[in-house]
Amino acid sequence: MSMATATAPPVERENYLNKHYGVGSWLLTTDHKRIALLYLMSITFFFFIGGFFALLIRLELLTPAGDLVQADTYNKLFTMHGMVMVFFFLIPSIPAVLGNFLVPMMIGAKDLAFPRINLLSWYLYIIGGVMMLHCMLTGGVDTGWTFYTPFSTAFTNTKIVEAGLAIFVAGFSSILTGLNFVVTIHRMRAPGMTWSRLPLFIWAHYATSIIQILGTPVIAITIVLVAVERTLHLGIFDPKLGGDPLLFQHLFWFYSHPAVYIMILPSMGIVSEIIACFSRKRIFGYGFVAISSISIAVFGFLVWAHHMFVAGISVYAALIFSLLSYAVAVPSAVKVFNWTATLYKGSIRYDAPMLYAFGFLGLFTIGGLTGLFLAALGIDVHVTDTYFVVAHFHYIMVGGALMGYLGGMHFWWPKISGRLYPEGWARLAALIVFIGFNLTFFPQFILGYVGMPRRYYQYPPEFQVLNVLSTAGATVLGVGYLLPMIYFLWSMRYGKPAPDNPWNAAGLEWKTPSPPTTFNFEVEPVVTWEAYNYEEIDAHPDQEAPSVG
Amino acid sequence: MFDNFPLWPDRASTAAGNVDALYIFLLIVSGLMTLLIFTAVVYFAARYRRQQGVQAEQIEGSTPLELTWSIIPMFVFMAIFAWGAVVYFKGRTPPRDSTEVYVVAKQWMWKLEHAEGQREINELHVPVGRDVKLIMTSQDVIHSFYVPAFRMKQDVLPGRYTVEWFRATKPGTYHLFCAEYCGTTHSGMIGSIVVMPPAEYEAWMSGGTTGPLSATGEKIFAELGCVTCHRNDTQGRGPNLQGVFGKPVQLADGRTVIADENYIRECILDPGAKRVKGYQPIMPTFQGLVSEEQLNALVAYVKSVSQAGTAGAKTAAVVPPAPAEAPSKGSKVQ
Repeated sequence: MSMATATAPPVERENYLNKHYGVGSWLLTTDHKRIALLYLMSITFFFFIGGFFALLIRLELLTPAGDLVQADTYNKLFTMHGMVMVFFFLIPSIPAVLGNFLVPMMIGAKDLAFPRINLLSWYLYIIGGVMMLHCMLTGGVDTGWTFYTPFSTAFTNTKIVEAGLAIFVAGFSSILTGLNFVVTIHRMRAPGMTWSRLPLFIWAHYATSIIQILGTPVIAITIVLVAVERTLHLGIFDPKLGGDPLLFQHLFWFYSHPAVYIMILPSMGIVSEIIACFSRKRIFGYGFVAISSISIAVFGFLVWAHHMFVAGISVYAALIFSLLSYAVAVPSAVKVFNWTATLYKGSIRYDAPMLYAFGFLGLFTIGGLTGLFLAALGIDVHVTDTYFVVAHFHYIMVGGALMGYLGGMHFWWPKISGRLYPEGWARLAALIVFIGFNLTFFPQFILGYVGMPRRYYQYPPEFQVLNVLSTAGATVLGVGYLLPMIYFLWSMRYGKPAPDNPWNAAGLEWKTPSPPTTFNFEVEPVVTWEAYNYEEIDAHPDQEAPSVG
Repeated sequence: MFDNFPLWPDRASTAAGNVDALYIFLLIVSGLMTLLIFTAVVYFAARYRRQQGVQAEQIEGSTPLELTWSIIPMFVFMAIFAWGAVVYFKGRTPPRDSTEVYVVAKQWMWKLEHAEGQREINELHVPVGRDVKLIMTSQDVIHSFYVPAFRMKQDVLPGRYTVEWFRATKPGTYHLFCAEYCGTTHSGMIGSIVVMPPAEYEAWMSGGTTGPLSATGEKIFAELGCVTCHRNDTQGRGPNLQGVFGKPVQLADGRTVIADENYIRECILDPGAKRVKGYQPIMPTFQGLVSEEQLNALVAYVKSVSQAGTAGAKTAAVVPPAPAEAPSKGSKVQ
């Protein structure tokens, strides 16, 4: 961080933040970096709404009896928690914020291929978000985020259609982002930026985009079918009308299982960047890590019915889906081994982003290994629909995806904001998040195996001790999530101005000024080096490449 | 009854031990993996901490190593898969002569009816050491019949039967949970499984009952007029139902299905869907005319006329001619 080559010019350079002022310059911007910031503000808002619901859920579960809220309210709380966190936070989180900001910069482009479609995607997200807020404020939904039929189509009298449409609209924002990334990565790479030189962050986003484009239309269709059955009483899923409730589950999970990879793959991309930088090494087995992202995206489409082992599918179908689920576990394991091997003989520093990456490794390992339990047919029968599943997917989607997101936010914050965050506080927050997370969710594995079903408003008293532990952990975790928000905001005003490349990192994005100018590169960069060329960078510490900006 | 702070569920069925054994194996495997990765990460992070003048050593990667840590986990995964599949298969295949209990789930209660006629709500009495098969359906939304102490769970769907079975091994009272979210009082849709020593169970069973479920079914069979077509000879306009259950049935469209509970149920509610070869589509639907409980009784009745002692062999011989006789030889062309 000593590389403060920028000798703090008295007058701030022109950059993407100060080039234009006024609300209009933000709401009509087509700059991928500004759109990333619009997304950042929006998803942070939804994260804290979803987090507030989680807090109420954990408070209700402090005692076995239902005492804090009504049963119906509780059911709405976990439903809205799931919907908000999945569709309005986790899915857009890394791609729409960090992906938007970094994909063009990392490949040496001035912007995404379709800047206006990029803005459109944010508006779609906001329209979907406002619809979701309206739905929540006028009654909400109580089906669980999974919308299982025929409960959702024929029995509940909450706002299914409205919530469904909100997700439908937000889904198109996700499709457009994916489409934009695929085209950008194919067509807009700088000269010399070959596929084998792409940062793994780009490979991960490419794989993610494939899922967004191919998977999201399926959930959109499914939502339409639910709405049609609910409003027009056409028999699709309800057996009373001649439909099949399992058809819904197949369609729902055909998207919603790959959706987990929309959350975790970009996070894996971030972790690759961070581990390479803070061990000063090229990622061990670059090619295998890149290909594993693609194979996760492909195999991820073939495992959906492992959510349905006790739903009434045939034994033979269950066998096939169990087998395929183990197939998708292999590339995930390969990644973990490669990250670990990258540390070997590295030159490792423990800055906050690296602490988050370590946290990711730990939590993702536990989340992944407990996935082996759930994919085992005999065990799944016992633990599916219990807190074991709840713990497992939080380890992946929060422990994995969110740790990566926070690690990435810290890593690129100097680039995004042009300011340094307070390192001490950031390390403390990483530690608090890690401890709070494990305290919250590890007891839930035990709770699940002992037999506590999920989505229970009241529970038998012998489950209380573990629930109290979990709630205690959640408060610690809450503090851990509030801290970064506070010091990031603080640093925007009071943080030290960031040099262009505070980590002395590889990657084209660091060859731009902090914060970058609107078009990132004044001169189109020509790439003559491999990704993660830390050997060259460290061999000439004085000749830090001047910013191209 | 329950400890204050259990870290392991009761083990009260034959399946529980199988599931626990695999679970413990997985705990060991994943414990070792976690230890391996954590140790490596912590050791490397400490050993290769950045020092002045020491540069990282660039290592491109290693294909043999990549193959090793792809193939070894693959074999471990396949072993887990196979073991899990065996446990699952056992748990999904009810033994032939299980005691049968019909379960009807509804928001938010469990209605259980023994084949012998005893009815219960949210409570199921079963003897130790006997195979019990649950034939389950739902009146409204999807529920799930979950008994943690038996390591057993199966979703209960509207419009069809799903089946699960267990053999209890330890007397006691165990939780019955609904495990599939089903609305407002989902967490109140709980009950207990009371496992009793055989003698106690017999005493309990001899309590008041309206007679076996199949007898109720026979009454309904007569009341609805089913008996006028489904006669006990070959002259009826509908198939003779003696000995049909559990046997393959030739359908008019050329397919062959096994006459299980779901098939009988479907024939009552949607007679045209899988019509028996050689019969006219004249049966009316009983959708909406019979309750889930009455359906269960009818199914139990149809089963009873196929399992009545040694009659099985005799009646089975009677049935095939009926469809074979009615159609002309031309029907074979289909």
